[in-house]
This record gives sequence, C-alpha cells and structure tokens, in this order.
Amino acid sequence: MEKQVLRFKVNGDEYEVFIHPKTLLVEVIRDHLGLTGTKRGCETVSCGACTVNINGASVKSCSVLAVQCEGLEVTTVEGLEKDGKLSPIQRSFLDHGSFQCGFCTPGMLMSATAFISEAKNPTKDQIKESIEGNICRCTGYNSIVRAIEAVTAGKYKEE
Amino acid sequence: MINDFHYLKPASLKEALAMYAEHDDCKVICGGQSLLIVMRQGMVAPEYLLDIKHVKELSYIKFDEKDGLRIGATTTHREIEKSDIIAKKYPVLVAMEEKLASIQTRNWGTIGGNLAHADPAGDPGPVLIALNAEIKFGNSGGEKLVPLDEFFVDYFETQMEQGDLVLEVHVPAPEPKFGCAYQKFNLLDSDMGIVAAAASVTLNADGTCKDVRIVLGNAGPIPLRVTKAEDLLKGKKLDDALFAEAGTIASEECMPVADIHASEEHRRHVLGVLTKRMLKKAFEQAQTAA
Ligand SMILES: Cc1cc2nc3c(=O)[nH]c(=O)nc-3n(C[C@H](O)[C@H](O)[C@H](O)COP(=O)(O)OP(=O)(O)OC[C@H]3O[C@@H](n4cnc5c(N)ncnc54)[C@H](O)[C@@H]3O)c2cc1C
Ligand code: FES
Ligand code: FES
Repeated sequence: MEKQVLRFKVNGDEYEVFIHPKTLLVEVIRDHLGLTGTKRGCETVSCGACTVNINGASVKSCSVLAVQCEGLEVTTVEGLEKDGKLSPIQRSFLDHGSFQCGFCTPGMLMSATAFISEAKNPTKDQIKESIEGNICRCTGYNSIVRAIEAVTAGKYKEE
Repeated sequence: MINDFHYLKPASLKEALAMYAEHDDCKVICGGQSLLIVMRQGMVAPEYLLDIKHVKELSYIKFDEKDGLRIGATTTHREIEKSDIIAKKYPVLVAMEEKLASIQTRNWGTIGGNLAHADPAGDPGPVLIALNAEIKFGNSGGEKLVPLDEFFVDYFETQMEQGDLVLEVHVPAPEPKFGCAYQKFNLLDSDMGIVAAAASVTLNADGTCKDVRIVLGNAGPIPLRVTKAEDLLKGKKLDDALFAEAGTIASEECMPVADIHASEEHRRHVLGVLTKRMLKKAFEQAQTAA
C-alpha cells in the first residue's frame, strides 16, 4: 500500500514524515520522531500513558491515526520544557513527589497541562476528573492531584 | 494489527459521499475511538478508509427556540459537553457527556460516530431517544430523516446502508412542562454502563402525564424503549407508587444478557431501580419547569 506524506507541527517544530496511512500517532511520535517520552501502555485506549495534546486538547495517541493530524499542532511531554526551563506543572510534580515508577507521568502531565490551560478556580473534584483518563499503576493519585491543585492555585508561575 | 488500506480524504461532504459511493469495500473513520479498536483486533479490515473527521460542514451545534437543536455528525463529544446553549436547554445531554469515556476520547470522538457504531451500551442513544430526537443520514442519492429509536436495528447495526453517512441529530425544542434524566450504572465513571436508564416526562397543564419515554441502555440489542412501562403512566397523575410499578414492568420487559460484568438477573434488577429513579427525577423537573 502507498505511503504518504504527513506534515504537522510537534512541539513547535515543523515535521514532514513519510508513513503508511495505518500508522498511529503514537508510532510516529516514538518510532519516526524518536520522542520516547510518550508511552505505549495498553494500546486499547484505556491507560492514558500515550496522552498528547492536539491543538491544546488531550487525546490518546494510540487511538488517533497520524494522518488525521495533517496541519495540526501536537504537543508531547518533551514540549512542556521551554528554553531549558520546566513548565509550572513539571516543577510542581517534582516538588510534590507526584511519581513513583514514572510510567504514567508523561500522560498525566499532558492531561494536567490541557486542564490547567482552561480551568478557572477548579474544585478538587474537577481536578480529579481532569485525570480520569489516566491510570497510575503505582496509585500515586493524591500527590498528582496536589501538584495540579498547587498550579491552579497560582503557586507556580511560568519561569 | 491494523490492515493496510487505501486512505481517502475528502475535502467536502459532497466529495465524501461521492467517494463512499465509488468504493465498495470502504469503511468510514471519524474519531476512530471505536473503529481503531476493532480494526486492531482484525474484526474490521476494509480496503478503503474514508476519513470524515475534518469535514467541516458536519461540525456544528445550532439552536433555535422553535426548531430545537441540531448537531452535526462530526461534532465531538467534548464540544457538546462544553456548549453553553446545550447546558441551558438540554442539561441532561451535558451530564451524559461528562460521564462518557474519558476526556481524551471525548476530545476526538464524535456524536455521529457514536450513533453509527450502535453499541447498545452507548450513552447518547438512550438520552437522545428520551429527548425524542431524529437522525438524518444519507448518501450521494439523497437523505433520510428517521426517529432515532427506529434507526437502531440490532447489535452494532442501524438502518444505514453501504454509502450512507450520519449527517445530523435533531432534538426538538423542549416542551413547557418537560423533564429528562439519565443515569448509567458502572464501577468507574468513565466506563461503558453495565446498564443505564433514561426517562423523560411531559406534563399537561392539569399535572397529568401527557407523554413519557423510558429508554434503557445495555438492556437488549438496541437502546430499548419499554413501551409497556410507558403505557402504564400515560394520562395518569404520577406518583412514587406508579414509578415503582413502571420499574417492575421495565425490568420484566427488557432483554439484557449476562456477561463478565453482570448476570442477567442483576441487570434486570438494576434496570428496574434506575427506571423508577429516573422517572421520579424527570417528573420533578417537569413539575418545576417553566
Ligand atoms: C476507552 C473507551 C471508553 C468508552 N466509553 C464510552 C462510554 O462510556 N459511553 C459511550 O457511549 N461510548 C463510549 N466509548 C465509545 C466511543 O466514545 C464512541 O463510540 C466514539 O466516540 C465514536 O465516535 P468516533 O468519531 O470515534 O467514531 P469511529 O470510531 O471513527 O467510528 C465508529 C463507527 O461509526 C462509523 N462512523 C463514524 N462516523 C460516521 C458517520 N458520520 N456516518 C456513518 N458512519 C460513521 C465508523 O465506520 C465505525 O463503524 C468509549 C470508547 C473507548 C475507547
Ligand atoms: S497506550 Fe494509549 S491509552 Fe494506553
Ligand atoms: S508512577 Fe508508576 S504508574 Fe504512575
């Protein structure tokens, strides 16, 4: 079957990749672009480890055909850091010890980033719901919720 | 493994319908949230895949006081959930969307894809039928508008034929004394319902029941209207005893199957309880509605 060209932006950079149309977004990100921060966990749209943001909205990249991202802007966990400085949610995760093995962390950070960008004075329940699509097998949910809470409460500014 | 396929990307609705008519072994993809799972399992392996995700003409939410609500097929679940006008006029739809899958799936999956998939455990079907919705679908030769409860035919089957696309969902403007409630029963908020019930109640000026709809999720091959339970209530002055009786009838009238999540008996029991509760909730809303 014929390959085709996909042009899109990842973390602000323009990319042009030559792929089979059946290639999933997670495969392009990891295998073609070498951005291995995004994880493959279940591959059944359940765990959320593969979460990336498309035009600012979170999606599970194991459930998106890469060709559907033509002309769109994808952000992966590697794109959160700007000029060597971690983003507010990344610093908050560090301060709150919001990971154990770290496998869920990239997905958690992307869900949290999408949520923080649009949340106004969220309640604790809304914060919990913001990571409903992400599973942490080490069950460190409380520290993750505390980290998001600290950012939405304005304790971390863009550096 | 997903099979190799030829990828078709139409630039407009017209082109999409023409391409669909031209290719026999062709499947539609919109958000792919349901389709890619079955393709990965090898259960669906089309030669052509027609991508309608970015067909802009089908992405809209329109409301008019007389005409009601019109939602285009490629509108995402999240757009419905976040719509101010839907929150104001049809709050039950927002509440339903908030508990449908995860945010990530709602961001990419669409209402048209959900209805076309015709999973009897899906959430939008029962709620939209309770709201008396119609669905518009069509092919390059013409369009059809049918009540949504007639659209579903069997497990994962609809009235649509090869070449048909879901185009729009139409929900009539709410009547003055109207209420509608929905709840699914599951262990995790973002899971598919083990069972679910939607109920809507419209009252006459004298407080008697003008119309009632009870639609059950995952209680049979399609989103299931339990008409015997509905008939019990029509024309009557509603009260708790009637809701309980309707619940009992619904639990007998439905046809759930047993699976790994629950036995048939358990499903019938919960469906009866949910029916009773949703009727009461819808009734109370109708009483206080303007
Ligand atoms: C983890 C997970 C949890 C979920 N939980 C729920 C839940 O709780 N409740 C619920 O209701 N759903 C749930 N879903 C199902 C899912 O959200 C919807 O079915 C999905 O949004 C379908 O939309 P889509 O655009 O992704 O469709 P696709 O996956 O692209 O398509 C689904 C089917 O519809 C066809 N199709 C798509 N669009 C059209 C069209 N316009 N015309 C004709 N045919 C079309 C396709 O050919 C395919 O057969 C869940 C899914 C996942 C992965
Ligand atoms: S790998 Fe995508 S949700 Fe688990
Ligand atoms: S830190 Fe291990 S899965 Fe979340």
